[in-house]
Amino acid sequence: MDDRSHGDGHRPGGGPGDAALLLLADSRLPAGGHAHSGGAEEAVRLGTITDAGDLARFLRGRLATAGLVTAALAAAACELARTGHHPGREEDLATLWRQLDAEADARTASPAQREAGRTQGRLLLRTARRMWPSPALDTLGVAVPEGAHHPVVLGAAAAAAGCVPYQAALAAAYTAVTGPATAAVRLLGLDPVTVHRLLADLAPALNDAAHAACASLIDSVVTDDADPLAVDPCGDDRRRPPGGIGPDGDDATSSPEPGSAPGAGPCRGAGWPALPGHAAPALDLLAEGHLKNAMKLFVS
Amino acid sequence: MIARALLRTSAAPAGGTRLETMRSDPPLTLRQTGPGRVHLVATGAGPLGGDRLALGVDVAPGTSLEIRSVGATLVLPGHVPGESSMTVHARVGAGATLRFLPEPTVLAAGCSHRMTVRLSLAPDATVVWREEIVFGRHGERPGRCHTRFDATVFDTTGAGRPLLRQDLVVGDGHTDGSPAVYGDARCVGSTLVAGPEWRTQPDGKDERRAETGDGWAALPLAGPGVLSSALAADAVELRRRLERAEDAALRLAVAW
Repeated sequence: MDDRSHGDGHRPGGGPGDAALLLLADSRLPAGGHAHSGGAEEAVRLGTITDAGDLARFLRGRLATAGLVTAALAAAACELARTGHHPGREEDLATLWRQLDAEADARTASPAQREAGRTQGRLLLRTARRMWPSPALDTLGVAVPEGAHHPVVLGAAAAAAGCVPYQAALAAAYTAVTGPATAAVRLLGLDPVTVHRLLADLAPALNDAAHAACASLIDSVVTDDADPLAVDPCGDDRRRPPGGIGPDGDDATSSPEPGSAPGAGPCRGAGWPALPGHAAPALDLLAEGHLKNAMKLFVS
Repeated sequence: MIARALLRTSAAPAGGTRLETMRSDPPLTLRQTGPGRVHLVATGAGPLGGDRLALGVDVAPGTSLEIRSVGATLVLPGHVPGESSMTVHARVGAGATLRFLPEPTVLAAGCSHRMTVRLSLAPDATVVWREEIVFGRHGERPGRCHTRFDATVFDTTGAGRPLLRQDLVVGDGHTDGSPAVYGDARCVGSTLVAGPEWRTQPDGKDERRAETGDGWAALPLAGPGVLSSALAADAVELRRRLERAEDAALRLAVAW
């Protein structure tokens, strides 16, 4: 892929990815996104969303939590797909895809949300492989046969379509709020223009979330000067895992280099553990409650 | 103020747990209150803005440790601007058990606090780790707090798999009252219960089902653990809901 028009690949700007980004974020993309309300249906049922004001607060909170996390995962996936594929190293790449998918798992405590995320991921992968055939999407499908999480697939699809990590993050943040917004229009009979006004008001926050997601990818892991085990007088190595069974894979020290030359293997994925994991306890409760509602219109 | 306290166990020759190291560093003061049980006693106000407190916990293979605190922690702003921080790094060895059950952290108005927990678990370690946050004293708007929780389970080859990574941000006017985040709640709590009894079935691709109740849920994680989560209007209701969620988490343990 041609990097020249994108600078470091993390800033917005004209490029071949722009049109692809529109396709990827379009609600008409035949990948099943319209079937998910992202907790909005259950919130409407419970009466915590009754009008446009509630919906605005719901969307802002969703963007600051699940939206930021999916944006960061999508950016990481896009970066991996853009820089990770080298002939003969599919095995390494499959391991990395599984690792990134495990990072998504660890940030999704609710089993209902994991299931919804994997379902959406499977559908998107099927669509994206036909729209933008690429080795990275093939490898991802093989690496995570049960279906990778939606933001991971979204990032890989974005890369296949020619997008940079920033654009992948923006698409993820955008779909994190537009799905619930349109669902609320249908569930509450809200004025669609009023709801789109809410989305327009969120536009700066969407940009901020995508920037924050990319920044989290570049930032090296903050070294903790107060690590209490590091000052252990017994002189233990702080990286020793429990029981002394090997190197601590969790303890990342080097930052990934987005857009760096191929072959930067060893630090690949080193920054993933530090990606944002902003939780939304109410969304977790909504997702699990929704699963038990026999009358539901939306899958999530 | 900078304080670094350390707690480590070792296996007693006759079996059981010995407290190998119990190094207090005021205001983090440790007191043994029973066999394998230690209370954190705050010997000073705060944390206050600018304070950096750290606790290291190392639970040796085959031993068991319970950590509690004598009272709630009240996080206050300092005389000088600046964040306060509390960092806990804990390692739990093979076959060891750690129960971390402190009283709630209360965020006073104007505070700016950072809590970081890093938990490393051997493959067959067991942990119960509770965190409760109260958004301000009665009728008070809370200051800001950002918590980050990372739990990793290591397999026998030493490879780590993340079990739970979670940030909570409290005190952001845009998101606190969001029906997606905390809604009307004034307290948030979670308890991670993890260990071999909560591992997923090797052949089971299907997600295990959560248990839920009014304001609480027991959420089976993708890895060997369950996150009990609760929201409530006050600390008493929070504890009641969280304990229900913890009971549900214990029921989700599998018999092998």
